[in-house]
Amino acid sequence: MTKRKPKALGLISGGLDSMLALKIVRDVLGCEVRAINFYTGFCITETQRRRGTRKSDGSVKPNEALVAGAELETEVELIDISDAGYLDVIANPKFGYGANANPCVDCRIDMFQRARVMLEEWGGDFVFTGEVLGQRPKSQRRDTLGLIEKNAGLQGRLLRPLSAKLLPPTRAEEEGLIDREKLLDISGRGRKEQIALAQELGIGSFPQPAGGCCYLTDEAFARKFFDILDHREERRIEKEEIVLLASGRHFRLSPRAKLVVGRTEGENFQLERHAPGRYLLQAPDHNGPVGLVEGEPTWEEMVVASRILARYGQGRAEPRLVVEWRRDGGVEDRLEVVPYRDDAEIEKLRI
Amino acid sequence: MERPHPDRTVDATGTFCPVPIIETAKVARDLSPGQVILVLATDPGIESDVPVWCRGTGNEHLGTETDGRTWRCWIRLGGPRAGRT
Repeated sequence: MTKRKPKALGLISGGLDSMLALKIVRDVLGCEVRAINFYTGFCITETQRRRGTRKSDGSVKPNEALVAGAELETEVELIDISDAGYLDVIANPKFGYGANANPCVDCRIDMFQRARVMLEEWGGDFVFTGEVLGQRPKSQRRDTLGLIEKNAGLQGRLLRPLSAKLLPPTRAEEEGLIDREKLLDISGRGRKEQIALAQELGIGSFPQPAGGCCYLTDEAFARKFFDILDHREERRIEKEEIVLLASGRHFRLSPRAKLVVGRTEGENFQLERHAPGRYLLQAPDHNGPVGLVEGEPTWEEMVVASRILARYGQGRAEPRLVVEWRRDGGVEDRLEVVPYRDDAEIEKLRI
Repeated sequence: MERPHPDRTVDATGTFCPVPIIETAKVARDLSPGQVILVLATDPGIESDVPVWCRGTGNEHLGTETDGRTWRCWIRLGGPRAGRT
């Protein structure tokens, strides 16, 4: 009797490890592979693209998972999980945060739960990833890998081909669907073995040093992320706030009000797009940034916000200038202010 | 010059990655090899994403035009590899 071809669902970040995992599962183990990539909304590359950032040659960086798919000649299905359910996991992680705002364990459990549902709908045998034992301090420790697998409901159905020989065998290995001997025993943070393997498996190009790009691991982003949560009664974050968190200079005016000032044309565009329901600030007589104020500032806070905005525009050397406050298209107020001259005063308010 | 006649048009204007590619992939699954999709998008990333998506899926990127605000990408669906591995 001919052995049936196992069906494997792969989580592809676009980095070298997940590319290798796919190559091994498809070409070495001989499985039918379906490749997916979860879009969380916290991807640095995507956010830069939204802000209009271009490479030095003027082109826009392509999506890394799609690039990996092109190299592997495989369709990588992009799946948007940046919904309220995912954001609730990020704002209220059961297993806590890493060094910054990165709840890697909860994030992976959420992703793997979604992958499990897809696996079962597809009639697949197992899920695989490019995770490497000991590569990351929290989410890829031996105990954490097991915890994630259990909480995602994927016990025995989650294969990490790069480290599989160092981990308990999966059901597919035990049932003889795939050959454990063809799996690997890579561990730790180094990349030498993976780079050699890429050459052996004919992977011509891959991201340097690694794929994946998560704003939640960024210290400055984390400050702004927690600032939002700390100034809300209910611990939640909205989808549209994520792009704003990665754009502009942020200033906490008071518990009630926050100012964001654009740094580039792309960021000004983003702020303008998010103006509905917020105050949009601009100095009409001078070129310069736009500002966005969230919340209900007092008159004193409006003055401070206007002076900060004026500091970053071309009228910063003027003795006084006008800052216009608009809301939902109409002018609400015009304040004539003295631009801040001393950055130390502004820095105290910086988030 | 006459552009390829699209069998389906994906209007992804006003959305950002990954939505334009997700919508294009959905439409591609409903069509047959040889048919043409026109993707309309305002995310500049579409200019880079469509060619690499086509390479991964075995589809053919026929070309992209832009007026600087909207991008129009033509894709001809490929054969056996235009889908999952």
